[in-house]
Amino acid sequence: MDITGRKLFVKALQEEGVDTIFAYPGGMIIDIVDELYKTEGMHVVLPRHEQALVHEAEGYAKATGKVGVCLVTSGPGATNAITGIADAHYDSIPLVVFTGQVSQNLIGNDAFQEVDIVGMTRSITKYGVTVKDRKDLGRIIKMAFQIATSGKPGPVVIDIPKDIQTKSGSPDYPDHVDIRGYKPNETVHIGQLKKAFKMLRHAKRPLILAGGGVNIARAGDLLVEFAEKMQIPVVTTIMGKGAMPTDHVLYIGNSGMHGKYASNKAISECDVLFSIGTRFNDRITGDLNEFAPRAKIIHVDIDAASISRNVVVDVPITADARLALEKLAEYADEPMDTTKWMNQIMKWDDEYPLDMRRDRGLCPQIIMEEINKAFPEGIVVTDVGQHQMWATQYIDMPAGKKFITSGGLGTMGFGFPAAIGAKIGSPDKPVVCITGDGGFQMNMQEMAMAITEKLPLVVCIINNRYLGMVRQMQQIFYGKRYEITYLGKELDESGKCVAETEEPEYAPDFVKWAESYGAKGIRVTSVDEVGPALVEAAKATDAPVVIEFMIASEEIVLPMVKGGNPISEMILK
Amino acid sequence: MASKMKNRWIALYVENQVGVLAKVSGLFSGKSYNLQSLTVGTTEHEDVSRMTICVTSDDVTFEQIKKQLNCMVEVIKVMDLTDVPIHMKEILFAKIKKIDCLQKQEVYQIANVFDQGGSVEITDIGEDSILMECMLTERRNNELIALLKKQFKHVEVVRGGAVAIESISTSCR
Repeated sequence: MDITGRKLFVKALQEEGVDTIFAYPGGMIIDIVDELYKTEGMHVVLPRHEQALVHEAEGYAKATGKVGVCLVTSGPGATNAITGIADAHYDSIPLVVFTGQVSQNLIGNDAFQEVDIVGMTRSITKYGVTVKDRKDLGRIIKMAFQIATSGKPGPVVIDIPKDIQTKSGSPDYPDHVDIRGYKPNETVHIGQLKKAFKMLRHAKRPLILAGGGVNIARAGDLLVEFAEKMQIPVVTTIMGKGAMPTDHVLYIGNSGMHGKYASNKAISECDVLFSIGTRFNDRITGDLNEFAPRAKIIHVDIDAASISRNVVVDVPITADARLALEKLAEYADEPMDTTKWMNQIMKWDDEYPLDMRRDRGLCPQIIMEEINKAFPEGIVVTDVGQHQMWATQYIDMPAGKKFITSGGLGTMGFGFPAAIGAKIGSPDKPVVCITGDGGFQMNMQEMAMAITEKLPLVVCIINNRYLGMVRQMQQIFYGKRYEITYLGKELDESGKCVAETEEPEYAPDFVKWAESYGAKGIRVTSVDEVGPALVEAAKATDAPVVIEFMIASEEIVLPMVKGGNPISEMILK
Repeated sequence: MASKMKNRWIALYVENQVGVLAKVSGLFSGKSYNLQSLTVGTTEHEDVSRMTICVTSDDVTFEQIKKQLNCMVEVIKVMDLTDVPIHMKEILFAKIKKIDCLQKQEVYQIANVFDQGGSVEITDIGEDSILMECMLTERRNNELIALLKKQFKHVEVVRGGAVAIESISTSCR
């Protein structure tokens, strides 16, 4: 018997095992929304803005390893989602985003709330299509899930015109769709892998650079095993953080623009660099001509297009990180003698360890250390900015702990909704959101949803009253001209923000603000309040706790590599 | 490291669907690849289109272009025709206007020189203008246009972009 498109839509989600969907209603998806009303066992959550909605789905996907499913209406609903889609694209997060569309007889008329969302998102999706025929609906939804989750994961946009939702057609939902133009790599070239291993084996100063691909492939355990067997030190990218426990003796730290001195030195001095699951983003490499200048480079990545794009490599291997490491484990025989090399790295680390001065009151490093103590496990989610870099530098990652952050697109406003999504996906794990006063305000409306969903999240706002990352650049490279980076209430007479004046009041009052939603608010202004506030926050059971940490505006993220400079040239003090 | 910039040719099999041309051309504009020409038409299979793409790039960029094209779900096959024997033709119409009898004769002469067994024809003629239809290689068409522009003041040109197909290899002949 034929069924409507809206019924098939729900059936498809059920067959895909979807139990949570992030949805914001509107005229062009009201039929599907109505169908969801009649569906049992589907948790439909209502965010307060479509950008946040997509970030929530991202956080959910990252926390659970499942697909994040989004449903938004046409027009502004769809355009609001674009930033989130782009974020998922650059961080390879599997999402299926369903957008409503005006009926087909209206498409092209500049109808009310009509936009060409497939066209708009073409360069930031893995695949996107408007369903033009009811008979294709099942096949297209199946394709969307297959494409989003296989190979290098990513977002897929499926645009469903209103008439397709109500039209009757086949009730069948396929088990599998053969897509002739899409063949994700599921093998690894053994010859190349052997060559890579031989090269690594003969190295004097070998180094592993692990990126987000290792986390996506859930291959951290294999990475650790391989590094241990061979005694090779490991550095990570920001997205690779957590691939190896941070307290492991072979783990050095993050590399790149705000990486550890020892990590960047190790990259600059190593003779074989085994990189896996990274696309050599410019934030990692700095000046490409000076990146790993002494090294032969092995590059394992699932995406052939990421290999030899930025960095020309000696041994390219197109493969999933987990598969490559599984095969490599077969060759790993005896440990290499890397004692001298490790000692050298340790020496660099002793010379310039990650350490902030603690004489300016509440120091970000202390906050991160206390977060480590109060939340030794669970999920840490960050927003984007200085606090994010401090978190990547100082947050401990024991095995099993997760770190979720917006790396590729660097989307302010990501953190809070992503943390909400992570908590919805992993209700039993503690979830801590580390955010800044700027980024938090970009999606703070989601507090309403966190309250209605009764989510005991801990939100740590690192408040320096500035858009700190830009302020830091203004401080160092732009003569302290703090144009439009000050977020406090008052400016000086000239209308400019002045660095050294006493801090005027801040708006909003985050404590009162949190309380107005029914959340708990705590303001921390001194070092000895940090630990107790976090302990108190950890006790929350059914509502978020917002802790505002008042830090000095002058705190900057160090070390730092100026954009485009070699990563060996670090500003350390 | 940087290799020579030169024209390179790709034959691209894609799904014959709405939006695929936009996606492929969008890749070139979005990533600042230097697209020279792109033609598209259906193939012997009605659900498959074939594009002939000419791009100016160095080796590294060209490799990246091929990989990026391969990533697209709608792309079925990428064939590099740069260094293989191919047959390639481009259609060109040239209208030469405001000319006298003598100049018309000159156009006929030029057509004769460029003609290779019917590849250049005079297809229309009026009181003071002539329409020339050419089926030549892109390079030959370039040369013809350059010559026409040099000889005559009023030249209107429309060209279709090149299409290319691999030669039948000598062993198969």
